[in-house]
Amino acid sequence: MVLRKRSVVAVLAASALGLAGCGQSSGGGGGDAIELTISQNAIAGGKNAAAADHIANWVIPKFEEAQKAKGKDVTVKFVPSGVDDEQYKTKLSLDLKSGKGADVIDIDGIWAGEFAEAGYIKPLGELVGPEAESWDGWQQIPEAVQGLATFEGKKYALPVGTDGRVLYFNKTLFTKAGLPADWQPKSWQEILDAAAKLKSSGVPVPIQINAGTAMGEATTMQGVLPLLAGAGGEVQKDGKWTGASQAMKDTLGLYQKIYGGGLGDPKLQQEAKGRDKAFQQFAEGKIGILLEGDYFWRGVVNPKDGVAKMDDRDQVVGYAKIPAIEPGKGIRGQDFVSMSGGALRTVNPATKHPKEAFELLAFTLSPEALKEETKDGNVRITPRTDVNKEILAGEPLLTYISEEVLPLTAYRPPVAVYPQVSVALQEATAAVAGGTPADQAAADYQKKLEGLVGGAGNIAA
Amino acid sequence: MAQVTSPPEPAEVVSPAPARRYSSDAAGLGRLRAGAFVAPALALIAVFLVFPALWVIYLGLTNYRLTGVAAAEPQFVGLDNFVKALTDPEFWDSTWLTFQFVLGSAVIGQVVLGFTLAWMLKDRRGTLKSVVEGLVILAWILPSAVVSFLWVALLDRDAGTLNALLGIPGFAWLLDYPMLSIIIFNTWRGTAFSMMLYGAALGNVPPSHLESARLAGASGWQQLRDVVFPHIRGHILTNLLLISLWTFNDFSPFLLTAGGPDGKSEVLAVHVYKVALQNGDLGYGAAISTVILLINLVVAVFYLRLLRSKK
Repeated sequence: MVLRKRSVVAVLAASALGLAGCGQSSGGGGGDAIELTISQNAIAGGKNAAAADHIANWVIPKFEEAQKAKGKDVTVKFVPSGVDDEQYKTKLSLDLKSGKGADVIDIDGIWAGEFAEAGYIKPLGELVGPEAESWDGWQQIPEAVQGLATFEGKKYALPVGTDGRVLYFNKTLFTKAGLPADWQPKSWQEILDAAAKLKSSGVPVPIQINAGTAMGEATTMQGVLPLLAGAGGEVQKDGKWTGASQAMKDTLGLYQKIYGGGLGDPKLQQEAKGRDKAFQQFAEGKIGILLEGDYFWRGVVNPKDGVAKMDDRDQVVGYAKIPAIEPGKGIRGQDFVSMSGGALRTVNPATKHPKEAFELLAFTLSPEALKEETKDGNVRITPRTDVNKEILAGEPLLTYISEEVLPLTAYRPPVAVYPQVSVALQEATAAVAGGTPADQAAADYQKKLEGLVGGAGNIAA
Repeated sequence: MAQVTSPPEPAEVVSPAPARRYSSDAAGLGRLRAGAFVAPALALIAVFLVFPALWVIYLGLTNYRLTGVAAAEPQFVGLDNFVKALTDPEFWDSTWLTFQFVLGSAVIGQVVLGFTLAWMLKDRRGTLKSVVEGLVILAWILPSAVVSFLWVALLDRDAGTLNALLGIPGFAWLLDYPMLSIIIFNTWRGTAFSMMLYGAALGNVPPSHLESARLAGASGWQQLRDVVFPHIRGHILTNLLLISLWTFNDFSPFLLTAGGPDGKSEVLAVHVYKVALQNGDLGYGAAISTVILLINLVVAVFYLRLLRSKK
C-alpha cells in the first residue's frame, strides 16, 4: 500500500514536472528520404475539419509531388488534434520543451511572445536562412498582419490569416420581437433594449457575451476586449496596463446588466463545455445575440461542416458591428470597434530538416494552396491581399469584415505576460456573472494585475 | 482470497535453529545475496519515485514556467512559492474541498456502502450476488474517460437522463451542486474496492463466534459491534488508509466539472493541474505538490499509528 501511495505521488510529481509531454518525433529517415510532419489543432470530422482535410488530401500529395519533380524523396505526415485551444497550447508547449513535436506547427498569434522567450520558436531567419526573410509572400501581407508574427523586431512565423469580431443575431427571433432584420445598434443601450425586447417575446437567452474562465481566451477576445475598446480602453497602452479604470468598470458593468438582469444565461458561462453549448443553442434558435469572431460563421454555423450546422445560415444569421458605449466614445474616438488576432504557422526549431520544413510551410500559404483551402464555402480571410481580392468576392460576411471591420479593429499587446493578464480578465468577468458588483471586480482585477505586471508603477493612473 | 487482502502484519519471524550451511536470516540468503535480489526494485524506486519527489521539491524553489523567459532560465526563488501557497486562499479552499471530497466520498460513502453491500451479500449465493457484485465492480474497472462521459450525460442540465427521469429539465447538478455531484460520483465509482475487501474480511470472522453471539441473544447491531468489528478492525483501517489517499489524489473530478464552476469543485489534484499546466506556473505547482506530499504522509502516519496501537 505504501508503494501505491508513492506511485500516486510520483504521478503528481511527473505531471508537475511536465514530463507528460507525449510528442511526435520529427522523423529523419535514412538515406535521402526525408520525413516531415505537420500539425494543427484540426481533425477530420471534428474541429476545423475542412483545414484537416485540406492538409491531408491536397497539401501533402501536391507537396510530395512537387518535391519528387525536384528529385527529392519527401514524405509528409499530418498529426491531427481536436481539443480546446488551451489544451492544445499545453500539449504544444510540452512537445516543444522536450524537443519534440511536428516539424511545421500552428500557434495562436498571442503565444508568439512567451514561446519566443522560452526558446520554443526561433526567428525564421536564424533557423531557416535568408530565404525565409525574402519569401515572396511577405509583399502581399499587410503590415498589421505581419505584426502578429513579429516579436521584438524579428519574424518568428508566417501569418496564417486574420479575423474580426461582430455581433451575430438571429433574424427570425428579431422579426418575432419586432426588431429590424438589418439591425445595427449604435450604443450599448440599444443592445440592451434589443435584448429586453427579445426577452419579452419569449427568447430563452436574449444575449450571450462570453464570460468566465471555462472559455479561456474566447472570453477575453469575444467579450472583455471588444467591450473595453468600445468603452474607449485598451488592455495595455504605451507600456502601461489598464487597471480599474472607468472603461474597465463600464465593461464589467455591461456584464452585470446582462447576467444580473436575466438577459443572458450565466450558467452557460460556467459550464466546462459552455462555449460549445452556446453554439448549439444559437443554432437551435435559443440565443438571440452572440458576440463572436468570423470563425463562428465559417466553422460553427457553416451549413456544410460546422460544429453546429445551420442549413439556413445565410438567411437567418445577421451580423452587425460592435458599437461603442456611445457614438464616438470608442478607442480612437470611433463609433464602432472590433478586435483581431490570427494564427501563425512556423517551423519547429527541433526539426532535422529546416529548409524542407520551411518549403512545406511556405507551400501551405502559397496562392494556389490558399485558394484550394478556401474554395467550396470554406472562405476565410487569408494573410495575402492578392488571394483575398479573389476569394472574398461573393462571401458577404467576410467581405463585410475585411472592408468594414478590419479598418476599425485593434490587436492584443504582443507581450509574453498577456496570457496571464487575460486569465485575470476572465476571472473578473466570472465574478461579475456570478453576482459580484462590477466596481469590486474591477478593483480585484487591478490587484491581481499589479502582481502580474510588476507593481502599480506599470498600471496607468 | 482472505490471505491476499489481510492487513499487513509485522513479520514476526522467529528464526528456527539455523541449519549450519545457510545464513541465519529468514530466507537463508545472507546480506549480499539478499541485497542483490532487492537491488533492481530499489533502483526502480530510486529512479521513478525518490528522484522525481526530490526534483519536485527542487522545482518548488524556482520560478520555473511552462513558457516565457522563466522556461528558458528559471531563477531560484527560495521559499517564495511555499509562502505563496500557504497564504493563498485558493489553496486553502482547495484543501477544504479535498477534505470534504475524501470525507464524503471515501470515508463515509465508499466505506459505508461497501460494508453494507458486503454484509448483505455475506451469506448469499447465486445470481443476485453475482449480478450485484458484477455491477459494482464494473463501475470500478471501466476507464475514467468513459465513466465520466456517461455521468456528464446523466447529469447534464439540458439533455441529462436524470433530469428527464425526475421531470426537472434545466436543473444544473454540476453547476449548483458540484461537490455533491463529484462525491456521489466517486462513491459510485470506488465502492467496489471496499466491498471486496470487507467481503473477504467478513469471511475471516469465525462463524462459531457469530453463532454463540446469536445464541446469547445479541441483536444484529450488537453482533456487528462486539463480534465483527473487533475481528476486522485492521481491515477497516487499511481500507481507510488506501481509499483516503487514492481519493485525496484523485483527478477524475476534473473530467466531470473541470474544477468549476469558478473553482467550486477544484480539489487539490485539479488545482495543481490548473496552476502547473494550464497557467504554466510549474514552480508554484511543484511547491503545492510538495505540500500535498506532506499531507499524504501525515494521513498515512495517522492511520498506521491507529493500526499498530492496541495490537
